[in-house]
Formats: sequence, structure tokens, C-alpha cells
Amino acid sequence: MITMKINGVEVKAEEGWTILDTAKFYGLEIPTLCHHEGLTPYGACRLCLVEIGEGPKAKLVSSCTYPAEEGLVVHTDTKRVIQARRMMIELMLSVAPYSKTIQDLASKFGVTRMRFKIRNEECILCGLCVRMCAEQMDGKAIGFQNRGYQRKISTPFDIRSEECRLCGGCIYICPACQLRCQGPQEESAICNACLTMDPTCLDYYNELQCWMYDAGRCGTCVREKK
Amino acid sequence: MKKVKKLKKIRDLKQLIEQKEQERQQETRKVIAVSAGTCGQARGALEVIKALKKSLKAAGLNDQVVLRITGCHGFCEAEPNLIIYPDRIFYQKLTPADVPTIVEETIKDGRVVEKYLYRDPVTKRRVWYENEIPFYQKQKRIVLGDNVFVDPTSLYDYLSIGGFRSFLKALEELSPENIIETVKKSGLRGRGGAGFPTGVKWEATRRSPGQPKYIICNGDEGDPGAYMDRSVLEGNPYRVIEGMMIGALAIGASEGYFYVRDEYPLAVRHVTFALEQLYQAGLLGKNILGSGFSFDLHITKGAGAFVCGEETALIASIEGKVGEPRQRPPFPAQKGLWGKPTCINNVETWANIPLIIKNGADWFSSIGTRGSKGTKIFSLVGKINNTGLVEVPMGITLREIIYDIGGGIPDGKAFKAVQTGGPSGGCLPASMLDLPIDYESLTAAGSIMGSGGMIVMDEKTCMVDVALYFLNFLRDESCGKCISCREGTQRMWEIVKDISEGKGKPGDLELLEELAIATKEASMCGLGQTAANPVLSTLRYFRHEFEAHIYEKRCPAGVCKSLIRYVVIPEKCTGCEACKRACPTGAITGTRKDVHSIIYDKCIKCGACLDACRFEAIEAQRDEAITVIKEVSI
Amino acid sequence: MSTSQNLNLDRVQEIVERYGHNKNKLIAILQDIQAVYHYLPAEALRQVSRLLKIPLIDIISVATFYRAFSLKPRGEHVATVCMGTACHVRGAPRILEEFERQLNIHRGETSEDGKWSLETVACLGCCAIGPVVVVDGEYHAHTSIRKVPMILSKYRK
Repeated sequence: MITMKINGVEVKAEEGWTILDTAKFYGLEIPTLCHHEGLTPYGACRLCLVEIGEGPKAKLVSSCTYPAEEGLVVHTDTKRVIQARRMMIELMLSVAPYSKTIQDLASKFGVTRMRFKIRNEECILCGLCVRMCAEQMDGKAIGFQNRGYQRKISTPFDIRSEECRLCGGCIYICPACQLRCQGPQEESAICNACLTMDPTCLDYYNELQCWMYDAGRCGTCVREKK
Repeated sequence: MKKVKKLKKIRDLKQLIEQKEQERQQETRKVIAVSAGTCGQARGALEVIKALKKSLKAAGLNDQVVLRITGCHGFCEAEPNLIIYPDRIFYQKLTPADVPTIVEETIKDGRVVEKYLYRDPVTKRRVWYENEIPFYQKQKRIVLGDNVFVDPTSLYDYLSIGGFRSFLKALEELSPENIIETVKKSGLRGRGGAGFPTGVKWEATRRSPGQPKYIICNGDEGDPGAYMDRSVLEGNPYRVIEGMMIGALAIGASEGYFYVRDEYPLAVRHVTFALEQLYQAGLLGKNILGSGFSFDLHITKGAGAFVCGEETALIASIEGKVGEPRQRPPFPAQKGLWGKPTCINNVETWANIPLIIKNGADWFSSIGTRGSKGTKIFSLVGKINNTGLVEVPMGITLREIIYDIGGGIPDGKAFKAVQTGGPSGGCLPASMLDLPIDYESLTAAGSIMGSGGMIVMDEKTCMVDVALYFLNFLRDESCGKCISCREGTQRMWEIVKDISEGKGKPGDLELLEELAIATKEASMCGLGQTAANPVLSTLRYFRHEFEAHIYEKRCPAGVCKSLIRYVVIPEKCTGCEACKRACPTGAITGTRKDVHSIIYDKCIKCGACLDACRFEAIEAQRDEAITVIKEVSI
Repeated sequence: MSTSQNLNLDRVQEIVERYGHNKNKLIAILQDIQAVYHYLPAEALRQVSRLLKIPLIDIISVATFYRAFSLKPRGEHVATVCMGTACHVRGAPRILEEFERQLNIHRGETSEDGKWSLETVACLGCCAIGPVVVVDGEYHAHTSIRKVPMILSKYRK
């Protein structure tokens, strides 16, 4: 067993577990998007970031891929984590604003601005479809191509794939396709219909003080978002 | 490629080294060493060599002169160059037409021909000897220095300068633990950029359970502007291989790989020759010299991906996959190539090893500063008089490198910034010129040591354009996995592009900084984590330049096309029509001897006119038209 | 640009065999195939997938990830402009523009008549002699806007 600390609480992990596996076992919530039970973790969406270590050497890592280590000190909701997470959501909104999954994440984590030019690509390159096709459906019909800003997911030569069995697994698992949004406000590309609250403790602490991990839901610390 | 004899026992190698060393020491003939690395060849070194062969033959001097084709001598500005031994007379900027005179006067009659000598731009005096040239004087060329003495395709040449003595010492006299202790004590840190203590890495790999263990030489050198490793691989591949063999002994590795960038065909060729010769000689393979030590070394080529300079991406590439980095831990020292313990080091790091074993840890740690030991090779390029590879002790200041060694900025322009560390580094302004070069001080200043690229910029370089250049590079080279890096670099590029085109708005710099920090914090690998450095450092030291682009719609350096227009300076124009001829769109009017002028409707701002004018009569000035329109619309 | 549908793929078989059908050598195999055909024909990639028993999509991922590979046929002559930092500071972007004007194509493209391809490279490591342009493997040092037509005419005979 590996002993670690998450948010000050001592936890025990099995060999081979990641920080995310450990947190989930203990019921501690860490948001994810490109992670899925049954598929190998990938670490593309960067939503599951946590802060490890203490002092000047503390850094952010994706909890879905970082292995549980003896003596590791983990914090899931520090200011650094939340600021980074918000920017990731903002970047995702800028390319897939019609995804309700991403709009809901924006509401949940207090993202109220989207300051980049919208590119309606409907794909955040999370790779769930690729892994679904390869690992669960044994298809290997689609995959990543190119790199950097030109990266895309497609079939070989962008034509009908001989390997594709039309199982629909890729559509099923895609966070952009799963739930479609009615349509965000044109200018900001943000819906925010569900957003009403903003935890106040970050004004005073470097970490969310909410022990229920339901930031603001219990209502004790809410204030109206300006 | 020359064939070599197979060596069966350790004493065979010892005898051969002694024999070759003696032959070199007893050499009475004159030696002409011609610098013929990739740059030298591009400048015509091969034609000079051909002419030399012809002239020497015609003068009947073939038996009396040794013509040695070597790798890069480092003083790129002077190429094609050669050095004549034993006097070490340095002749520069040669053409085949110069050769007959050199052979006649210097080789035959022993007279120096002044016009081929290096000329000091300050004293205006000619310098005869290589070691008196200011470019070389402040350098400490412990790694690169041997390039001038060896033909990189000859194992025997390498032996003649004492090559493989360190390997023998490591094989016979030192235990693996001894070797590791020596490297640790020397203070050698990784020369690829991160500066991780080499000895510690070796120890971790040795201690990791698992067989076989691998060692890898990272020859990807992806930083644009850096070519130190190319010069070492082209000019002295045996030195690097010897270092790897010592490392293999220390770590307990039985197999190694060279990963050399695809864009370095000559380096690939020379490393391949070297490996073939070593196998022929029995110095690689099974049971080397009957010692029981077996080591196989292969070469793999890169395929054009900067991210493959990152350890885990490099490993993926050797395994035949896309170069996507993976999460560490586990580190390559624990689980690397095919899941086995692997030690990856940079070319320059490996090249230092034989010297440390030969001269001892104390010798090495006596060079440099407290935290950064030894020397570092830098490629000094850009707006600098003496472009070339400089090897200096750690702790030397930027000022000494740029002015004493580099000879300052050409054409009387003012120094503006020096960029170190490639796309992971930053730009340092004139106020930082007295910064001593070492890992920690460069990082504190907002840049990094990096692999050694040092690009000098003058007043005509626009820092917004520099930031844009690096962001464009990074968004293309990012592997694309992490959204923070892929989208982060793309969006940063979009913002800076708008700023450079005069479309910047208030709030842009704040958004840029916020995005830069998010990219740095949230990305998984070194590429993404340092992608923000070029932007953050240019904002730190040159914020006023960004602000001029945003608020005044002005590019102070006269580079950003949307914000400038080319103007003919009437007082300087001689009416020579050179610009008119150069213009691709016929946008320049004016007859011979008349002051020319530019028609803005036709001008596409290609810069050909400025390039063609020999009287500096064309300037890039702020485009008044833009400002006027913007003021009206407000 | 039409390509021959009946490409002789024997060389592909030869190359894969030379590397012992080793999956790890995929990149080297693709480099050797490109050296023969001057690009990576779709049929060659399918052949490699069959011979190495690697899913085609994985081969495409590798072939499109690395800049050294081209999935489109390239011209008889390939001009590569170095866009490294040192070359950039010495005016490489303007030289690229001049090539684009002279050849009437954009970077990454091949001319209609199949004679010229224009490419860029991140860095050749010849920074001291920049701006550098390589045409058909030959290095040209200290290029300038004026020199571009002269360089091109050398190969246009």
C-alpha cells in the first residue's frame, strides 16, 4: 500500500493506482473530461490537474496519469489549480461552444468569459473516440494525424475506412456530441444559464475550503456573480 | 572509408594507441588542416580542397605535406579556412583561386601571405596565428579544440591524439562505482538544456532493476540557431562514442543508440562510418578486447520533429511511434526504451566524459562557477561580427562573449538583445550583459541555458516579431496532446499576430500573460512548460515595444509589415536605379540620377529595394497612413 | 498532379525485409520508401501496414506527425528555405516570399507542372551562413532576395 496525503487527509493507494484512482476511491471529486473507466488514461484535457509537492517546487500534474507515490502531498483545489482549470475550459469553449458538457463545466467552475476567436470545430481532441475505437471496439478505424495546431482526428486519407464497422462508439463517447447545447449567447459564446454562484473563500485562502467538494452547492458561501 | 585492423586484446589497443601517438609526435611534414563541416562545405571548402590536391601534386609536394580534411574549426565567419601546422598559420575566406599562391609561397617557401590572414577590425592589423585571433583567445576549447587535429572518418587519427585511453582506464583501472563517483564529483550537468547532474542520472539508471539497460545519445539538437552538437558529431564522433562506452561500463548497459536529427546528413554519415570502423576494429560488439564487456551501438535518424528532443518523445521515436511525450514518473532511468532502464544524455555531455576520466574530477570542477562546472559550447549567431561556435568556461559574462569574442554588432548598429535557450528560453536586454553564464543565473533572469544557441539581435530586430516567430515555431512543433500547449500556443500566436499587424487592443497583454501562465502550469512536458518563456521574457524586458504596437500602431524597429512603409531618403539617394530593378511589382519611379520614389499602391513591402540599396537611402518608417485612419475612426 | 496507379511496390517489400519486418523500424522504413519514390504513396503505406501488421491508421499517424514525410508527390526540384531563428533575424521570411513569387506557389505546395516544390525547415544548423536555402541537397549560403532568381536559374536548364 502507498500512503499519500490528499488535501491534508491521509489516504492509502494500491500499487499501480494513479492519483485520480485514489481520489475516486475516497470519494474526492476531481473533474475530468478525457478520462473514462475502461479506457487507458491519456491526459489531454488537463482538467484533472492537481498540485503536488509543497513550497517553490510544487507543480501541477494531471491526476489521471500521475502514479500514486509514497509520501506524495496532493492538493486538488488550490488557486493555481483553479486558475489553470478555468483557462482550459475557456480554451475548450473557444473551439466547441455547442457542447453542453463543456458549457456545464464552465458554469460549474466559474468561467464567465471567453476571450478568443471562436473556431467551431466541435472537437477538443480529447482522444476518447480514438481510444474507444481502438481499445473497446477493436476497430482502429480512426486516429490522430498531424501535430500541433494542425492536429486532427480522422480515418486514413480522410475517406471511408475499411476498418469502420459503424458501431457508433465514437459518437457515443464524444463529449462534444453527447449533449448539445441550445445555443450560447453569440458574443461571449458562453451559456452560463446554470451559473449563479461563486465561492467566496478564494478571496482569503489559497484553496477551496468546501469539504463537500460541491463548490458552493450547499449555499453557505455563495454570493451572486456580478 | 579506410579499413582498420581487428584488435583482439587490450594490449593490442594500447600498442596501437602508442604507435599512432608516436607517429603524430614524430611528424615532421607540414600539415594543412581544412575546415570542412557542413557550413564549410556550403561555403566552398570542398572546391578549395580539390584545388589544394591539384596544386600539391603539381608542385610534387604530395609526400612532403599532409592534407587533413577535418570537421568544423568553429570560426564560421572565416570559412573556408585552413590552418598550417606546426606554426598554426590561419588563412581565412579562401577560394580555389587562392590555392596556388598558398602552395607556392607558404608551403614551399615558408612565407606568410598577408591578404589571407585574419584582420582585426579594431587594430586593423593582420593576425598570423590561430591562437592570437581574438575570437579564439577567451575560449577554452576542451571539447571542440580537437576538431582541428583529426580527420573525423579516421579512427587512427583519433587514437593518435590519445583517443580511447580514457576508455581503457575505465575498463581496467576503475570500477563502475568509481566512474560514477568521478562524474558526480566533477559536477558535470546535462548539456542538453535542463542541466541535470549527469552522475546522479547514471547512478539512478545503474540502480534501477531490469536488464538490458540502454544508453542513448540525444543528437536531435532541435533548437533553431544551435549547431554545437552537429559540429561535434561531424568533427569528432569518436570522442562521443568513447564517452558512451565509458557510460555503458558505469551503468551496466549493453546496448546504445545515437538519435541524430534527419537534417544533419553529414553528421549521420560520420557517425555511421565511425561505428563501422569501431566494429571492424573489434572495439564494439561482443566481448570487446577479450574483457568480457559487450556493447552494441546503433544509429537512428530523426524525422523532423522538435519535440523528439524531449527524452520520452525521443524514446517513443526510437520505438517507431509518434513523438508524444509521456508522464514522468516513471523516469527513463527506471522505465525507458522498451520499458527498460535507460540513460539519455546530450552529445556535448558524452563528449566531456573522456576528458573527465583522463584529467580527473578536480580538473573539471576547477573550471566554471560553484553551481555550473566545466565549459559550454555556444553557437554565436545572428547580428554579430564573428559568427561561430564558442566554447567558454561557465561564469564568463555575456558581454565578454558578444564583444570580446564575437567582435560586437556589425554595421555600427546597437545591441538590442541576446536570445538564449532556443524556444524554451528568453531574450535578455543590454542591462543583462554583465550576467555570468551559468544555469541558475540565466533561469533567474527569465531565460535558460538551453542547448547553447545564442542569437544576437540589434536595433533593427523587432521583439514582437521575435515573440511571434517563437510562438509560430512552438504551435507547429507541439505534439498536440495537451490542450494547454496546443491551444495555448495557437491562441498566444493569434494575439501576438494581431499586435504585430496593428490590430492589438487594450487588455491583450494581460490576456497574453494569463494564457502564458496557464500554458506553463498546465502542460505535461518541457515543450509546453517552457513555451511561454519567449513571450514572458520579451514582455518583461521589452513591454514598451508591445505597447507601441498596440497603442501607437508603431513598430520601432521597422519590421512589422502592416505598420511600416518603405521611404526613399532624398539626401542619400544617388539615383542609381538599383532599387527600381529589384522591385518585383514596378512600384519605384525615378530616372537615372534622379531621386527615386515609391508608389504605395503597388508596394507589397517585400524589402527587395532596401536589400538592393548600397547607400542606405531606403528606410522602413512608421506608416503614417494607418495612424491617421485609426485616429479618425475613434 | 496525377500519380501512377500502378506503382511498382516491390521496393517496399524489399525495404521491409531489409529491416527484418521489425515494427520498431517503422520510421526508418518510411524514410527509405520516401527516398525511392520521393514521397509516401498511399499504396505503399497500405503495403507497409500489411507487411508489418500495424493498423493503417497508426502508420498514417506516424507519417503525418513527422515533417520529413510527404504524402503528396513532390516536384522534380525541391527548394527548402531555412526558417531557423538566426536565418529569421537575417531576413528568411522575405526570402521565402521571393521564392513564392518566383515559383508562383506557396510553401508546402508543388507547382502545376510538377517541376518545383517549395518547403521550409525549422533549422539546418548552418546558422553562421544564413540565410540558407537548400535546393536538391545543395546548400546555398548567405542568400538574399536578389540572389533567388540566380539560384533558381541554376536548376532550370
